[in-house]
Amino acid sequence: MTNNTKSNEFQRQQNKEEMKKQLITFATMILFTIIAFLIVGSGIMSKMLAIPLLLVLALIQVAFQFYYFMHMKDKGHELASVMIYGGVWAAILTVSALSLVIWW
Amino acid sequence: MSHDHSLNPEVMPQHPEKATLEGKNKFLGLWFFLGGETVLFASLFGTYLALKNSTAGGATSEELFGLELVFLMTMLLLTSSLTSVYAMYHMKNNDFKKMQLWLGITGLLGIGFLGCEIYEFYHYIHEFGFTFRSSAFGSAFYTLVGFHGGHVLFGLCWLSAIMIRNAKRGLNLYNAPKFNTFSLYWHFIDVVWVFIFTVVYLMGKVA
Repeated sequence: MTNNTKSNEFQRQQNKEEMKKQLITFATMILFTIIAFLIVGSGIMSKMLAIPLLLVLALIQVAFQFYYFMHMKDKGHELASVMIYGGVWAAILTVSALSLVIWW
Repeated sequence: MSHDHSLNPEVMPQHPEKATLEGKNKFLGLWFFLGGETVLFASLFGTYLALKNSTAGGATSEELFGLELVFLMTMLLLTSSLTSVYAMYHMKNNDFKKMQLWLGITGLLGIGFLGCEIYEFYHYIHEFGFTFRSSAFGSAFYTLVGFHGGHVLFGLCWLSAIMIRNAKRGLNLYNAPKFNTFSLYWHFIDVVWVFIFTVVYLMGKVA
């Protein structure tokens, strides 16, 4: 029993550490969101500069969401990654094909 | 009896959501589903990008969108993602009541988001006459954003179902995977929203 409570205490400590990382992730995501809205709201950037920057900010946010909030950084997520990257690959093909169709 | 006991151990394992074969299968199944969802939303995004300038003489994205409301909606959904992380944190600590509390907060934030979206659509239809049928831009916009809103609504129904169904059962190895798959789904809805507020609203306001 004492052994159990001990390991439980260790687990709780680990969960707490993990939660701290999650909070940092959340703060970063909020910061990136505010930056993205400021870029557009203030209108300080030209369209050619703003759009790639907005996309980069979105990609970083999504990576945080997948790797931290959805734990893809943890062990045992190999198949999960295969599925998501498979989906992303099809997504890139779809969006590029549909964009190409209207190019001319 | 022995079955019941194996699902209610005295000491919960570190990952109650993946301690049983059923839990592992649910976890993999949900990720498989999310891969498919990625493709589904990609085709809606591609369609939107292709049709966003086909306004048929109606309001353009620049005239329509207001950043304040979108910012509020983004904050609501982003915060609900964090509160569901808190819920899973309490699940791993085997604290059922706190998990239910944070799941409840997640649900309320989701309802807030959906309320804003309904107001937004109402505003577009009544102030601008911008409807699903008014232009190709309208069709693409309502399909993409509405599909996401539909996912939020489905998530809210799912959440209420598992919260109410398991309210008296407490946390065990049978329902822990259910809560965990919901939380993953909810994060994915937030992922899609990040692209919507970037590609639809922010880029629509810049262009």
